[in-house]
Amino acid sequence: MLRYPYFPGCTLRAKAKGFDASALASARALGVELQELENWQCCGATFPLQADNSFPLVSPGRTLAAARKKGDKLITLCSACYNVLKRTNHVFRTHRDRRDKVNAFIEEEYTGDLEVMHFLEVLRDDVGFEALARKVRISLHDLAVAPYYGCLLLRPPKELRFDDAEAPRIMEDFLLALGCKVIDHPYKIECCGSYVALEAGDLATSASRLVVESARSRGARMIVTSCPLCQYNLDVAQRGTAGANGRGLPVIYFTQLLAMALELPEEVLYFHGHVIPPGPLLRSIEVRGSESIA
Amino acid sequence: MRLSRDAISSEDKRKLRDISGEQVQSCYQCGKCSAGCAMTGMMDLLPHQVIRLLQLGQVQEALASRTIWLCASCLACSTRCPRGVSLPSVMESLRVTFLRPGGRHLDPVSIPADVLENAPEQALVAGLRKYT
Repeated sequence: MLRYPYFPGCTLRAKAKGFDASALASARALGVELQELENWQCCGATFPLQADNSFPLVSPGRTLAAARKKGDKLITLCSACYNVLKRTNHVFRTHRDRRDKVNAFIEEEYTGDLEVMHFLEVLRDDVGFEALARKVRISLHDLAVAPYYGCLLLRPPKELRFDDAEAPRIMEDFLLALGCKVIDHPYKIECCGSYVALEAGDLATSASRLVVESARSRGARMIVTSCPLCQYNLDVAQRGTAGANGRGLPVIYFTQLLAMALELPEEVLYFHGHVIPPGPLLRSIEVRGSESIA
Repeated sequence: MRLSRDAISSEDKRKLRDISGEQVQSCYQCGKCSAGCAMTGMMDLLPHQVIRLLQLGQVQEALASRTIWLCASCLACSTRCPRGVSLPSVMESLRVTFLRPGGRHLDPVSIPADVLENAPEQALVAGLRKYT
């Protein structure tokens, strides 16, 4: 069993419980134990784009210093936590002054020698997509799924080094391992509107509708993401439109699809509050999957 | 618009550079940032026009623009910028010029009830950090 320190973040213990629970259960089934850090704090949800202000690095800095005492990797699921923690770690590695300032405040001597990893990277590099494919119990081979990366997993590419910033592949490879039909689409790395949903809801909705339409027009029946804010924006953008005539695309976390493919109990999925509920589509797959295995 | 040498090398402009860490003079106005921006639908100025105003020292005009509050910090522009300018950092320097002295762009009370109810915690934390 591989064991890694794990940072859930605020949303995964509240609105995105299904993301957390499905990931923890799937990881266990694949021989990986994600060990939650003690007394973790919110990462801040957005990386501060201010060269003269290190205060917002205090909270993610504490998390990094605490994780380093537990291991040499820190695993995240939420794209925002991944982005903030990895970028903060980059500051610790490359900006001596800012590192010293934050360390003095939190009374640590952390140097940035931790690897902040996304759970998708653990699946690819430690579990392996081929090994994952062998553990799939419910075949999803008829399910046409569009991956959606959004921005926080990929940018800025020089710091995150997660995947190719313009043509990423990791979610596609993951979906292929589950046996899905992967739907490529040009808006998979476009912004969903992010927090602008609070200030100008209509603008976020129109940005998100472009993403959903780009996936739907190429034949997708579902979208997967690793960001709770993308999940929310893409889902609510479909309110009153496609959903009403049964053409809506459910937007779920990649780990929920993983847990289904591994035939884990439904309790770990926590599908809740979706404008386009994923249940009907997934149940039809599940029935077909069991039949095809039988 | 009245241009002057004083405006082009003003104190306000220097402050923005200190906050953002970015050199707006590097921009040669190719427009790639605006071409790839997902949020231009409601912007009164296109992203490259904000940079142009700052190059010319028109800080107050840039501060008055709706555009700075509609940037979602998605970094599509800075990833593609051939001159290495991080426009989202410039937008943030403009926002915090208003916010740091106590300005509040978004009143939390104005957030619609269904958004408060359903939006993920991450959205509320990120939004309130960008707007208040």
